[in-house]
Amino acid sequence: MTESPAAVRGAVGASADKITLECRGVWKLFGARAGEVLRSLGSGATVEAIAAAGLVPAVRDVSLSVRQGEIFVIMGLSGSGKSTLVRLMSRLIEPTAGEILFNGQNLLAASDREMVEIRRHRMGMVFQHFALLPHLTVLGNVAFPLEVQGVARAAREERARQMIALVGLGGREDAYPRQLSGGQQQRVGIARSLAVEPELWFLDEPFSALDPLIRREMQDEFIRLQSVLRKTIVFITHDFDEAIRLADRIAIMKDGAIVQQGTPEELVMNPATDYVREFTQAVPKAKVVRADSVMVAAEGEAAGTVAARTVIADAARLFLGGAAVVAVTDAAGRVIGHLRRDDVTRLLMGG
Amino acid sequence: MADATAIPGPRGLPRWAGWGLVLLPCAALWLWGAPAAPWAFDWPKGWTIPAARWITAFTRWLLNDATFGLFTFQELTRFVAGVIDAPYRIVLSLLSTGFLRGEGSTAVEITPPLSWVAVIVSFALLGLWAGGRGLALLVAACFLFIAVFGQWQSAMVTLASILVAVPLGVAGGMALGVLAWRHLWFSRAIRPVLDLMQTIPVFAYLVPILFLFGFGPTAAVVATLIYAMPPMTRVTELALHRVPPELSDLGRMVGCTRRQMLWRVMVPSAREALMVGVNQVIMLSLNMVIIASMIGAGGLGFDVLAALRRLDFGAGLEAGFAIVALAVALDRLSQAVAVRGRGAPLRGGPLARHPYLVASLVTIAAAAAIGFVIPWVQSYPQAWQLSTGTFWSRVVEWINVNFFDTLEAVKNFFLLNLLVPFKRFLAGLPWLGVAALLAFAGWRSGGWRLGLLIAALVTLIAATGQWEKAMITVYLCGISVAIAMLIGLPIGVLAANSDRLWSWVRVIIDTLQTLPSFVYLMPAVMLFRVGDFTAMIAIVAFAVAPAIRYTVLGLKGVDPRLIEAGRAMGCSEAQILTRIRLKLALPEILLGLNQTIMFALSMLVITALVGTRDLGQEVYIALTKADPGRGLVAGLAVAFIAIVADRLIHAGAQAARGRLGLGGSST
Repeated sequence: MTESPAAVRGAVGASADKITLECRGVWKLFGARAGEVLRSLGSGATVEAIAAAGLVPAVRDVSLSVRQGEIFVIMGLSGSGKSTLVRLMSRLIEPTAGEILFNGQNLLAASDREMVEIRRHRMGMVFQHFALLPHLTVLGNVAFPLEVQGVARAAREERARQMIALVGLGGREDAYPRQLSGGQQQRVGIARSLAVEPELWFLDEPFSALDPLIRREMQDEFIRLQSVLRKTIVFITHDFDEAIRLADRIAIMKDGAIVQQGTPEELVMNPATDYVREFTQAVPKAKVVRADSVMVAAEGEAAGTVAARTVIADAARLFLGGAAVVAVTDAAGRVIGHLRRDDVTRLLMGG
Repeated sequence: MADATAIPGPRGLPRWAGWGLVLLPCAALWLWGAPAAPWAFDWPKGWTIPAARWITAFTRWLLNDATFGLFTFQELTRFVAGVIDAPYRIVLSLLSTGFLRGEGSTAVEITPPLSWVAVIVSFALLGLWAGGRGLALLVAACFLFIAVFGQWQSAMVTLASILVAVPLGVAGGMALGVLAWRHLWFSRAIRPVLDLMQTIPVFAYLVPILFLFGFGPTAAVVATLIYAMPPMTRVTELALHRVPPELSDLGRMVGCTRRQMLWRVMVPSAREALMVGVNQVIMLSLNMVIIASMIGAGGLGFDVLAALRRLDFGAGLEAGFAIVALAVALDRLSQAVAVRGRGAPLRGGPLARHPYLVASLVTIAAAAAIGFVIPWVQSYPQAWQLSTGTFWSRVVEWINVNFFDTLEAVKNFFLLNLLVPFKRFLAGLPWLGVAALLAFAGWRSGGWRLGLLIAALVTLIAATGQWEKAMITVYLCGISVAIAMLIGLPIGVLAANSDRLWSWVRVIIDTLQTLPSFVYLMPAVMLFRVGDFTAMIAIVAFAVAPAIRYTVLGLKGVDPRLIEAGRAMGCSEAQILTRIRLKLALPEILLGLNQTIMFALSMLVITALVGTRDLGQEVYIALTKADPGRGLVAGLAVAFIAIVADRLIHAGAQAARGRLGLGGSST
């Protein structure tokens, strides 16, 4: 395994307070005169009322904020509106109501020209089915966003080569998409979305079309990349394990609305509804819960230290020597509490 | 489309009761109505809509007086003519006449045309680039065939008009298709126009075009464009809509402008489907070659037409086969370009990156240089030409001498027992009853809209005073289609069972379809002389191809699990065929019937050359008299018949699909 996700998270924790993208009360209804209908329904806009008006509610009253440098995962089953939501965030689809703020700027107020500029330079997107252009080589595909911007050939190809090397496809520059495996194709998709050095990186179910083994490999690769790049990421998935594995924070969607959002740990420890519980039940808690969540006030001696953001499954190693208590330290190395052997054992046993 | 199964019969009565209610009065009207309501049989002269006169007057006005403020209509047609004429002259000079200075007999040749060697090598190189050695050999063989049989000059004239018509057709069709893709209203507006353009017989618009553009290759190219463009428009719209939405999302995410979106993302992604459209344009342009020669296109089409007029079967057949050779070469080339896989891009200078282009240019230059010294390199020498024309003519002659009585007996038998009675029956039907029956059938299978449309179209045919000719058309087509289906179905059933047989049958029907339709007429005329029977034979020969093709496709498309299930239940082969396969293949077979009817209708005007008395003849007369109104009105009547048949069968196929739970919209 590559670098642990927890370590990456710990490192970016410091800058995580600045909000990069914020959605406020965002709605999307499909159908004729959606705006009028939504206004007339007002606060009574339930799924039933909307359906009765002949519209399809894709996204309902979503509010969330994505902090700079974090991986924000939107998880939901098919039809839950997650793909629509990510397209609303980049304004590929116009919302019916609500506000979308990108670094404080209201995207919905931006002109078409401004949107083109924002998408060209500050956003990148990876697609579920790769969306590679069949007539271009790997090099041409990765350089495509730069070509669209009018970057000179030499400069864009150099940049593209760097990106191709970054995703581990060096040497395949002249291949065409159809000559590549699914995993390789998605590496190209990732390299392409990174070519413009986006601040905000959308990944729309990037690994869903891949075989389980390849998916795992690509997740590791993704974690490795993020440890280097430190992007602000909105990651869409229907796979709860993937969400737990990658996320700093998760929003779970059902029928177009967010059911619960929080850290993986919060979801696993305190599922808000039965729906969320169905997902979290199968997750081993020790792999999600972190030391600072189960620590108690520091009292007496401790054998060894563990970082506050370490998951219990990793911290358990320290107790192998027979220690009963381990000190928990914050990023600055100060002791902020103690982790007890009994609590760790209970979590490991699945309690 | 309306769901046919949702339309209920009258409450409490079986479904056939409705039919009874409509059939009885119609039959009564037919049998006893003539004295009481003569207007139901013959549309009164006084009520006739003088549409033909209006259209003729309108075209005259367009040509003489119409103006759009800045320019007149005539200037517009001259401009269009110029746009077509300039590239045509250049290509023609290149391929056929050479570049000349001066006019007529005083012209001085500046450069000769491309040598036949250079043309063959260039096309072979194109084949090598697009599809490899096999294709290169095939293309070279096709062109060599043309040269060996002495058709080179004519073929190059035809090729020149194709090379001009195809890019214009592709560009125009794509432009319209892109507009239709971008704007729903445009798509809705253009769809009925496209329907009409494809169902109206070409002859009908030959007359107005002749009127607007005069006799000559330009008018021929315009007619070809009108005929060949609609499929490109449809294919473009469809192909752009079928590009995965992720790709358009990608285009917008990387900040493409509208133009970048279209040309960098959508069009390249839809390339393979678009190339199918290009292929269609090429094939349809070749279909038009002979018809276009009637309004001034020279080349192979003219040769076939002239041979037909001389009743020189052999010469016509050779020119016809030259068209087929051209069609095969261009068809395979465009298909290969569509699916061409790409290797790694070539690097290096412009010479190294385009080896095929360079090789072709070198060959052209070398052949031109050598051609000055050695004449046979420049133009294919006459001494090396072969001709089988006299052989074929002799075969026909021999048959005529030895089997005249037999042929005559066969012909008379069919005429007396089938053709004439059927013709009399149809001619005696009241238009009102026919309109009512067809409208009822439309309502039953496709809802009240379809019923109304059919009633309106049938009434319009009567109202423009063409009822009698329309009935003769229906009679000729009806019998031919019935015979084509009777021949096509059993062959289709046999071919569906045996892949080997199918591969043979396919080659034959492909050839039947690419062979210019005129060619069918010639042997029929030779053997049976002019008349309805001859026309029927020609139509059947042309229309049998789709009957076979769709039967095979339908039978092969039947879910093999259902056949297995039938076998497991102990069905005999015959039972499997009648109870399972034919039943499930019914929608496809109905579509085949539809295509057969369309093919038959498109042959009509051509059979007018052998003296039928139908709408085709009307169009043909209008062509010789240069009367745009008369031609267009008769053409529209044929189009109406086609639309009625098409909509009824489509609705029927849809209903059959619904009943069988096959879902999906018809193709």
